[in-house]
Amino acid sequence: MIVFALGKLLRAASVLIGVSVLTFIIGHASGDPVLLIVRGDATAEQKAELRHSLGLDRPVFEQYADYLGHALKGDFGTSYRQHVGVAGLILARLPKSLELAGAAFLTAMLLGFALGIVAALHRDRWIDRAVAATSVLGQVVPGFWLGLMLVLLFAVHWRVLPVSGYGGFSYLVLPALTLALPTLGRMALLVRAGMLEALGSDYVRTARAKGLTEREVLLGHAVVNASLPLVTQAGLEFGDMVGSAFIIETVFAWPGLGRLTVNAVLQRDFLVVQGCVLVIAAAFVTINLIVDLAYAGLDPRVRAR
Amino acid sequence: MSTMVLRLYRSRETRFGLVLLSGVVLAALAAPLLAPFDPAAVDPDARLLPPGSLHLLGTDSVGRDILSRLIYGGRLSLTVGFLAMLISALFGTFVGCMSGYFGGWIEAASGWLIDVQLSFPFLLLAIFLLGALGGGTAAVVLVLALGTWVNYARIVRAQVLSIKNSGYVEAAHATGAGVVRILAVHILPNTLSPICVVASFSMAQAILTEAGLSFLGVGLDPSTPSWGTMLNDGRDYLLSAWWIATMPGIAIGLTVYGVTQLGEGLRELLDPRGRR
Repeated sequence: MIVFALGKLLRAASVLIGVSVLTFIIGHASGDPVLLIVRGDATAEQKAELRHSLGLDRPVFEQYADYLGHALKGDFGTSYRQHVGVAGLILARLPKSLELAGAAFLTAMLLGFALGIVAALHRDRWIDRAVAATSVLGQVVPGFWLGLMLVLLFAVHWRVLPVSGYGGFSYLVLPALTLALPTLGRMALLVRAGMLEALGSDYVRTARAKGLTEREVLLGHAVVNASLPLVTQAGLEFGDMVGSAFIIETVFAWPGLGRLTVNAVLQRDFLVVQGCVLVIAAAFVTINLIVDLAYAGLDPRVRAR
Repeated sequence: MSTMVLRLYRSRETRFGLVLLSGVVLAALAAPLLAPFDPAAVDPDARLLPPGSLHLLGTDSVGRDILSRLIYGGRLSLTVGFLAMLISALFGTFVGCMSGYFGGWIEAASGWLIDVQLSFPFLLLAIFLLGALGGGTAAVVLVLALGTWVNYARIVRAQVLSIKNSGYVEAAHATGAGVVRILAVHILPNTLSPICVVASFSMAQAILTEAGLSFLGVGLDPSTPSWGTMLNDGRDYLLSAWWIATMPGIAIGLTVYGVTQLGEGLRELLDPRGRR
């Protein structure tokens, strides 16, 4: 187990180093940050001086080592545009992104679960078809377009929710729902399939035969068994959501990490983008590592591989 | 092949999807014949007209006909999606073949590369790359191809591993066939069907991602009509002219539905358990 865990840990570290090299190269290739800072009438000498003071005239390897060294201490440099620490920018935005992603994830899981069960229990009736149609819709149109349509309906037509921005609960509803919809649809289909399989299984027949009420059969046997494969899927879905959040946050002017990144890209403020990519990758790798280790702890067969 | 098409045609959803997809492709091909207006023609007197008898789907903020732009935009969106799918299929298949057949450090290196790429959301990488290195059609195609090659590499590697030690490959070895010949003649044809399934889903993903990137303003050139750039146009007029942002989304939805239904149909067809 220790060898297995060490191997996984090494792998995770090497992946993170790969990500840092990759982001550093892309950021480096994006152009000369000095041109972003100086005014148009700066002389070549002034530019050279600035370049020297920023350490941009050193060899690339040295710059990378320096960047990595600071990044490990939580310092991602200073934004060339906003003249504040990148780490501070990220920390200020992170809770708001988590708020949105968390709300969306909960909505998708709970609603997807409920709709999947309802659809399975009313197989081939109108509610089953409606759930199927909704989940297909969530897969074939861009998520942000669904967001625009929700804005048209709820904010422009019925005027019950704000168009965009950050504030109380009412501001959270539309972006969270938009972010949740594609996942919700996939979840509902998975739960439905799992329920149908469980309902046709021997253990459900046995449970019925021994005289349990229909409610006990459903909650105690069918639902529990149908929900097991969802744990793996839930992890994948969360990653998917973090990705979609980049566009959804922009659509709803939500002041999170996604909007910070997109704006930084549009303003060519690449130290900020590099920092965001590193933080997100570190979070992903850590979560995957924990999942891997938990699996191995629970199932000895995994360790043998 | 013809029996395959016939069997694909049997499922109602697949049939509907195929009809939709052929409709979209034909409309894109016949754009000059079908489009009622010049997609780039600006008309100051016809700004922000709602859908009506002259402009069936309305006009945008500079008076361009939305229907005509949708039809022409389909050309760009479909081409970009198709090329991205093709490039990523070729690259992913190549990597999958190499790592599956040779193993060793090639396998280790490609596995590590896949881990690095999957360690953060692809959309983030795409935004970063396009923002840093500049957009444009060719760049968008390449970046989109980068988004799905992993799927091919994994599935092809698994297939190669399972076929590599089979009797007929060993026989080919024994008759003196080289590596290239074995891969091209004996192994690749056997991986073709799962590749087709992955291809339809990756084309759907490419079309959706293109729309997202162009919507954010880091994708295709805003002056060219694609469904993504049209969505970007429509966003600023969401409150006053709903049709500008609504119509391209519907076009994307119909197309992606068609492509994914084709994929589902192929998957069912190729999955022995699905044949009843």
